[in-house]
Amino acid sequence: MKKLITFLVPLLFTCLVSASETGGLNSLRTDDLSIQAPAEAMKKVHESDSLLKRDFIQQPPMIPHDIRGYDINKNVNSCLRCHSWKNASKWGATRISVTHFYDRDGKQLADVAPGRYFCVQCHVPQADAKPLLENMFEPVDSLKKQQ
Amino acid sequence: MKLEQSRRDFIKNSAVAATAAAAGISTTASATNLITSSKDTDIHWDKAPCRFCGTGCSVLVGTKDNKVVATQGDPEAPVNRGLNCIKGYFLSKIMYGKDRLDTPLLRMKDGKFDKNGEFAPITWDQAFDIMADKWKAALKDTRNSDEMPPVGMFGSGQWTIMEGYAASKLYKAGFRSNHIDPNARHCMASAVGGFMRTFGIDEPMGCYDDFEHSDAFVLWGSNMAEMHPILWSRITDRVLSNDHVKVAVLSTFKHRSFELADNSIIFTPQSDLAIGNFICNYLIQNNAVNKEFIKKHTHFRLGVTDIGYGLRPEHPLEQKAKNSGKGGSKEIDFDGFAKFVSEYTVEKTEEISGVPAKNLIELAKLYADPKRKVMSLWTMGMNQHTRGVWMNNIVYNIHLLTGKISEPGNGPFSLTGQPSACGTAREVGTFSHRLPADMVVKKKKHRDYAEKIWKLPEGTVPGKVGYHAVLQNRMLKDGKLNAYWVMCNNNMQAAPNMNEEGLPGYRNPDNFIVVSDPYPTVTAQAADLVLPTAMWVEKEGGYGNAERRTQLWFQQVEPHGEARSDLWQLMEFSKRFKTEEVWSDALLAKAPQYRGKTLFEVLFKNGQVDKFPMSEFKGRMNQESEDFGFYVHKGLFEEYATFGRGKAHDLAPFDMYHEARGLRWPVVDGKETLWRFREGYDPYVKSGEEVSFYGKKDGKAWIFALPYEPPAESPDEEYDLWLSTGRVLEHWHTGTMTRRVPELYRAFPDAVIFMHPEDAKERGLRRGMEAKILSRRGEVRSRIETRGRNRPPKGLVFMPFFDAKQLVNKLTLDATDPLSKETDYKKCAVKIVKV
Repeated sequence: MKKLITFLVPLLFTCLVSASETGGLNSLRTDDLSIQAPAEAMKKVHESDSLLKRDFIQQPPMIPHDIRGYDINKNVNSCLRCHSWKNASKWGATRISVTHFYDRDGKQLADVAPGRYFCVQCHVPQADAKPLLENMFEPVDSLKKQQ
Repeated sequence: MKLEQSRRDFIKNSAVAATAAAAGISTTASATNLITSSKDTDIHWDKAPCRFCGTGCSVLVGTKDNKVVATQGDPEAPVNRGLNCIKGYFLSKIMYGKDRLDTPLLRMKDGKFDKNGEFAPITWDQAFDIMADKWKAALKDTRNSDEMPPVGMFGSGQWTIMEGYAASKLYKAGFRSNHIDPNARHCMASAVGGFMRTFGIDEPMGCYDDFEHSDAFVLWGSNMAEMHPILWSRITDRVLSNDHVKVAVLSTFKHRSFELADNSIIFTPQSDLAIGNFICNYLIQNNAVNKEFIKKHTHFRLGVTDIGYGLRPEHPLEQKAKNSGKGGSKEIDFDGFAKFVSEYTVEKTEEISGVPAKNLIELAKLYADPKRKVMSLWTMGMNQHTRGVWMNNIVYNIHLLTGKISEPGNGPFSLTGQPSACGTAREVGTFSHRLPADMVVKKKKHRDYAEKIWKLPEGTVPGKVGYHAVLQNRMLKDGKLNAYWVMCNNNMQAAPNMNEEGLPGYRNPDNFIVVSDPYPTVTAQAADLVLPTAMWVEKEGGYGNAERRTQLWFQQVEPHGEARSDLWQLMEFSKRFKTEEVWSDALLAKAPQYRGKTLFEVLFKNGQVDKFPMSEFKGRMNQESEDFGFYVHKGLFEEYATFGRGKAHDLAPFDMYHEARGLRWPVVDGKETLWRFREGYDPYVKSGEEVSFYGKKDGKAWIFALPYEPPAESPDEEYDLWLSTGRVLEHWHTGTMTRRVPELYRAFPDAVIFMHPEDAKERGLRRGMEAKILSRRGEVRSRIETRGRNRPPKGLVFMPFFDAKQLVNKLTLDATDPLSKETDYKKCAVKIVKV
């Protein structure tokens, strides 16, 4: 009986919901709300040697490579292996910004400020994917892409 | 000291100058800029709190030609000192998704409203016409009865203070309906319940300054590394700079916050209740109780048990519960409490929780050590819990037993999820049972007080608690709530049990559903009328963060298209109602002067809200005020503030907030309060009292004896896995804003099922494969992730709820804490099969 109900209820529900379930309005999904579309394929992480575009100076640079398997914990920070001031030129990596050497009170430290230790709070890799929708944000002229 | 000050100023100036230079503008500091045209240099910078979480970071917003062109962390803000998380850094783009709504949309067929019609553009006038028709039809039958009308609203902890206040006033006093609740019900209600029950007054006693003073941080079901990144950076700073500082992280699965943990604790869902009681028992057994403190400042209470799971009353679990929904307690003494928790031995707790005895004892020792200052922190793990209020109470027990409370570095700290869960939902009291300043609709004295401030006749505000969030969906489905306005949230995606409650409720032909949002959301898709909404810096506003800090901002750009702020929508809609259409004849007889007046005139042109002329406005633009002809935001704020002034909820004068980077209430004589309830810090504690929990009549907090009770639904043979749902760093809740920012979308494009590799293997699955996840209520298709940032133990899976294509709340159960009515999104039973 219980099985029958679990079978019937969704069936009944599907019948009640007409084609106009969403009234022709698209959100970030285009299917009716009661439909289960196949899942998107898992996207690959963007890998390149060049930096990703920035739209304003205080925008943290994106990570242009995969970071799977990189550890950041109390004992080790894999990012600093290449991005610390000491190692960056050796690997041709971007040096971490000078802002990261100041603590909360604006005091300059001899190394990266502990508060900046977990890089991925601000810096994230990018999937190889088209945006879901265009974003109409426009940077100031001096930062616009050369046509 | 002087040197440090000037250095800070230097940083601040150079940060602004750097942004300015890169943004192509000239400042006095950058004389070598290459742009010479003054038109190009015309950028305006102003402060605003971040649009996202409850941390309450301040940002600087750069605008040019009526557009936001850049944002950056505000160097002057004490919360974040110039830092943002990845979401905060991209605030500049959240308003510019291509599908911003620019006109009202109504479902129509043949030029007329039709519940099954297609959405078509209409004017604001037409929108308010049909809304008013539907509202008036719903109000008619109950107008002269004791029943509240079947009109309701689902609001938000993302509403500005003024919006929440206007909405609450319009519903509770205007429509005389308490069926208004914020989405903060899904997130903070258990915390409110915990505070009220233990202390008799809401919100944390401490503040963020505790982070720099504490010797140990205990996370009770919170992934701060992702959900409160800026606060996490302050904890990280403290921990990595001071060897002696310890971190314990408790969760039902391993996540990023474990990266900083000294003591990593993975517990069986729901067993945090046992762990908390074990710590109390340990403190008593090991003589670590601060006897003087508990004698002077606490009472002991035995709570009612077997209270059910907040399900529909006919549900077998509610039928079985002896005290379904009861929150009572009776006085006991310390020995009674000691006896109660004595059964939570380390052995028994190890058995219930699956946590090794060693880790449990190590955790208890942090609290037991009298020299160690401890901060306990929690968010959804503890609040979204069918015993959430109890769990909040139990953590307070630990801090009260040791006296580690209300002083720098020591204290329980309930974090909030939304930018104004505290400022708007809690302090304004937009819940179905609350009024401003911790007052409740059930108490006549409180209603009288509100009616007096609002200059309304006695008896205007109904004395019955309205429908809470989950009940609203049930009542929509049952046809008992018929005119419904959803504002500033995406509840079709966020509310539990979408298939059985949410969707049938919205699509019920008896109901008219209005959704106000900047973007078309899943909720908008299920609506009948969609209203385009101005967001964030397209309007003036105020938010209140987790440390009682109230922050105001000015409007910086014109709203998109015809979009209007929630505040404008609420106030404009109120013009459509005459008092005799909504109020009973008996009530009108008590206030004949209001006969023939509109709700707008009675509620907003009442000599208080319209008290301040536009000449008092100091910003650049203010759409609502220009439209209504008075400084709406100041008037609403000042009227609202009268509720709390002199009652330990004091807000500063309105204009002060436009100057400061926020102030923590109570603000008395222009001074904010950092630690409440302790003499020397809190002006409400009298000289000689040392500590006073003045929310309770005799100044004593309540320590509650409460047991472990099982969750509403646990895995069984068929549905053999726990499902926990939640958030990720890169997306804000249902992703409406963040998934429209390309960089944030690409950072975490689609939801996945985080799963133990062996659990995956047993089901023939590997990383990246598609799977179907099913509960008794629905199914969703997703992809398996076995190596990601979250590492669940065997038997549990985690899935984020940001993805509109993967509506995980088709799976969740609408079981709530019976006291707080907050949903348990962290525990239900599912199975996973290969597609």
